[in-house]
Amino acid sequence: MIKEDDLRVLEEKAKAWDQSVESKLQRNPERKTPFVNTSGIPVQRLYTPLDLENMDYLSDLGFPGSYPFTRGVQPTMYRGRHWTMRQYAGFASAEESNRRYKFLLDQGQTGLSVAFDLPTQIGYDSDHEMAMGEVGKVGVAIDSLKDVEILFDGIPLDRVSTSMTINAPAAVLLAMYIAVAEKQGVQPAQLRGTIQNDILKEYSSRGTFIFPPQPSMRIVTDIFAFCSEHVPQWNTISISGYHIREAGSTAVQEVAFTLANGIAYVDAALQAGLGVDTFGPRLSFFFNAHLDFFEEVAKFRAARRLWAKIMKERFGAKDPRSMMVRFHTQTAGCTLTAQQPLNNIVRVAFQALSAVLGGTQSLHTNSMDEALCLPSEQAVQVALRTQQLIAHEIGVTDTVDPLGGAYFVEELTNQICERAEGYILKIDEMGGSAAAIEKGFVQKEIQSSAYTYQKQIEKNDRIVVGLNRFQVEEERPGNLLRVDPAVRILQLEKLKKLKSERSQDQVNQSLARLKLAAQGADNVMPPIMDAVRAYATLGEICDTLREVFGEYRQIDTFR
Amino acid sequence: MNTGRKIRVLAAKPGLDGHDRGIKVVANALMDAGMEVIYTGLRQTPRQVVEAALQEDVDVIALSILSGAHDYLFPKVMELLKEKKVEDILVIGGGIIPDEDIPALKACGIANVFGPGTRTEEIVRYIRDHVKR
Repeated sequence: MIKEDDLRVLEEKAKAWDQSVESKLQRNPERKTPFVNTSGIPVQRLYTPLDLENMDYLSDLGFPGSYPFTRGVQPTMYRGRHWTMRQYAGFASAEESNRRYKFLLDQGQTGLSVAFDLPTQIGYDSDHEMAMGEVGKVGVAIDSLKDVEILFDGIPLDRVSTSMTINAPAAVLLAMYIAVAEKQGVQPAQLRGTIQNDILKEYSSRGTFIFPPQPSMRIVTDIFAFCSEHVPQWNTISISGYHIREAGSTAVQEVAFTLANGIAYVDAALQAGLGVDTFGPRLSFFFNAHLDFFEEVAKFRAARRLWAKIMKERFGAKDPRSMMVRFHTQTAGCTLTAQQPLNNIVRVAFQALSAVLGGTQSLHTNSMDEALCLPSEQAVQVALRTQQLIAHEIGVTDTVDPLGGAYFVEELTNQICERAEGYILKIDEMGGSAAAIEKGFVQKEIQSSAYTYQKQIEKNDRIVVGLNRFQVEEERPGNLLRVDPAVRILQLEKLKKLKSERSQDQVNQSLARLKLAAQGADNVMPPIMDAVRAYATLGEICDTLREVFGEYRQIDTFR
Repeated sequence: MNTGRKIRVLAAKPGLDGHDRGIKVVANALMDAGMEVIYTGLRQTPRQVVEAALQEDVDVIALSILSGAHDYLFPKVMELLKEKKVEDILVIGGGIIPDEDIPALKACGIANVFGPGTRTEEIVRYIRDHVKR
């Protein structure tokens, strides 16, 4: 970027500057030696063009909207349209959650994001023994199409985009969404939204798996195939680093393990006979926005560059859209403190800003009270206002990739790419992501980073304001949002009513067809659609698949 | 008080909650402090937790729940322990547990509850001071 002669002059001047600083350190020492970010990358005192000597503007950065997309996936980014403001929400019953969605849309939110309770995420109906104590707790309880009809009542599905955090039973919830849309007169081809459908990170980080990896991957590719034909605007997967990071990984590990999972999905889809440019453009991603501001900005940029290269060079994608990392971001829940919870508003604002400077397509900002309970309406409102404030008040959205070209940010971007590639290579050598997870490699890496992070906090090597410094005596806020245990009773009543009203013959026949498809090679989506329309419950559909596929048991990473 | 033998701890995740960062960090810290830790893995029923505790002959059960199901699952574990007439196992809990829920959990026999931000050394010390055998 700079002429060779100028660089040599700069090199000499930089050396002289370094020496003069070093000589003064005796008297004015720096706060730490060395400075290191969360990924273990040393942070230098100063970055200059010398650090970017080997960078090639066109091949490493390029222009926004074109390969390798380091600077962003759209040419105009937020000058055209802001990111989608999408608060993850859902609790208790479908009725209650429907009210919260309408509140959020009224407040200017631009997309929905559905949180399901754990029984739903693991494919149990609310009346299952394992569901005791969990119904409606961390999200909305869904047992059948009936609940989804209530959930989206009065919300026009041709006009909102909906993201659903659902993985093992993603096919079932997608089928229910399509069925509700049909009842509203909306065609599947008009639907926009995302299912998370990222099963690999469930085994390594999030825990809501049902079936073993192999049949799970088959369901994933069945969904890819079905959607490319019938629901072309749908994001068929959200390959998620978020939970990997929440489980304790570093920024580099987040990028590496996420993209390694991405590679596994592409491999599986190719093996299932799909063309890379058929499903490639519908792959989407989900990242965490953590505390180390510049590391995070660089992480988002690095992920874009790496994935573009992987899709182009490794998989031979031709369609630029297959090479784009379009991603959702959520601020880091694990960085919120139960102590002095108002401070969390500030943490979230910085994290959200890093996501915006990193070029996110959609964003969830956490609420200040989430280390204590489910967010209250007021806390959610402040979180949403934080995004609106970044979008409208502080000017950061007026140019594309404002930190591009910053010596530090570019060098960090390079470093993250390099280190993440190292991990991906290692995972390739183990036989890919599924094998690395089977061996416990990914889990142990994450576990070890989490423990290191905790020890840093306990030794005060890492300051957490309000927790290990600047503490105050305080009373914990009362009046927390709680889920009424009556939700379970309500769900049980609804289930009983449903089972007495529906045609049991139709349910049995559709489940038998699903079983046949699962045993054979036919796509499972069409029979799941039929079962859902016949009001078979989520639990019945998942049980049918359990019979064929079996259940996964977590491996022990301590032995 | 414990003499000679290492303190044995069952680190357990009852219910459907998949958040295991906290319990794994605690398990690592307890091991570093010289205790033996058996980790149940995710998705244990209260009955499985109690059976594992008896089978492994542990001194301590450390329960972790972040999903809000502690109000049902913690007391259920205690009820099953009482059913088996087990009185000498120290049971502690952790996770996202509202302060206002703690008195009820203690009343049913959970010795202490550790929330977010707790230092692991505090948990180590608590176990050493309160282990019943």
